[in-house]
Amino acid sequence: MIAKRIIPCLDIRDGRVVKGRNFEGVRDVDSPVALAEFYNREGADELVFYDITASFEGRKLFTDVLKEVAGKIFIPLTVGGGINGVEDFERVLNSGADKVSVNSGAIKNPDLIGAAAKKYGNQCVVLSMDVKRVNGSYIIFARGGRDNTGIEATEWARRGQEEGAGELVVNSIDTDGVKDGFDLEMLDAICKKVSIPVIASGGAGSIDHFINLFKTVPGVDAGLAASVFHYKTVSIGKLKHNLDASGICVRI
Amino acid sequence: MIAVVDYGVGNLYSLTGSLKYLGLETVVTSSPDDLERADKIILPGVGAFGDAARKLRESGVTDALYKQVALKKPLLGICLGMQLLFEGSTEYGYTEGLSLIPGTVREIPQDKIAPLKVPHMGWNSLVFKAESPVFKYVSEGERVYYVHSYYAADCAQYVTATSQYGMEITGAVQKDNVFGTQFHPEKSGDTGLRILKAFAEL
Repeated sequence: MIAKRIIPCLDIRDGRVVKGRNFEGVRDVDSPVALAEFYNREGADELVFYDITASFEGRKLFTDVLKEVAGKIFIPLTVGGGINGVEDFERVLNSGADKVSVNSGAIKNPDLIGAAAKKYGNQCVVLSMDVKRVNGSYIIFARGGRDNTGIEATEWARRGQEEGAGELVVNSIDTDGVKDGFDLEMLDAICKKVSIPVIASGGAGSIDHFINLFKTVPGVDAGLAASVFHYKTVSIGKLKHNLDASGICVRI
Repeated sequence: MIAVVDYGVGNLYSLTGSLKYLGLETVVTSSPDDLERADKIILPGVGAFGDAARKLRESGVTDALYKQVALKKPLLGICLGMQLLFEGSTEYGYTEGLSLIPGTVREIPQDKIAPLKVPHMGWNSLVFKAESPVFKYVSEGERVYYVHSYYAADCAQYVTATSQYGMEITGAVQKDNVFGTQFHPEKSGDTGLRILKAFAEL
């Protein structure tokens, strides 16, 4: 049987890991290579690296980190951040990424999903979306949660699949950083609209939140989190054993 | 020396990285001379079957592959590289493969496996069907990483391992010195590294 995946996310700025709270007030945590090796030993099923650097120098440091990780850790690596064109796919794929996550770049230019899927295959294209409730609707926000695009989220998910995305990362701005559990209601609404794998993000604060996620929304394939893993509030090894004990299929 | 066939399809970073990590001398090549010199050959691949089959033919490496296989050199196809070993695929019409192993590559029937999704993406456990030396260091039930929407069918007698995904999915095949894995050993953590090590030791 296929296993539910546990995915730590590493936000990288200038070659170092950082993690924000509601996308603001980032704090330095650790060396990305050391952290990636630690997560791999703990049993992480994939790693996501998010490049939040804006400068050219920072981007170079990021690809250096990626190359080093890809030469040591042999599990799937997804890279996001600053992906605005097919040439950005090329850059990170040549540095060891297996999948590329596109967010604001796809909002600006939805054709990017199809162009990248055609060149590298659907399995390579991950559509990442930041969703927030506005007047009772689920709305897509761009630029790290700053801009209200007015696009309805379940429709955007469906369109992403149609354009050729092979997987969705669905992040709830409402629950991100709050550590009070995943946004189950919103995730369920998205899962009902698509037939590609869905990775849930935003709100993990305890082992029970992951158990609740997989039990309540069976359509979710993976749980993604950052700070609970970075600050060792939740150990991936212990999390997976507890999931297994709760009857959820995981890789141990 | 292991030759990784380069025919312009897919990302070879992890594959060459994992072989290097295992301390294996590796050459990424489309030269028949390199295939001749190598002890083992790996045929990688991601993307669409038709496009890959065309690029493989255009690379001029097909005859060299047939020659080395006839000389009993071990060949390992990975993911789409495994699919190319078969007679053909129904992906976007019908495209002929290398016909090194009898069988056809077909789309995973979404209606049959619902509510499971296509692509089959993630870590699934191995069920052994026949002995194969590439599993020398691996136990049944260990998990490997898959990403694919098509699977090898009509090849039961060559299947060495499967995984359950609403149906039985061909996970690994072997016909004499020709091996294939639908999953990615270079992305399957420690389990995958042990499979590559066993292949390198053949």
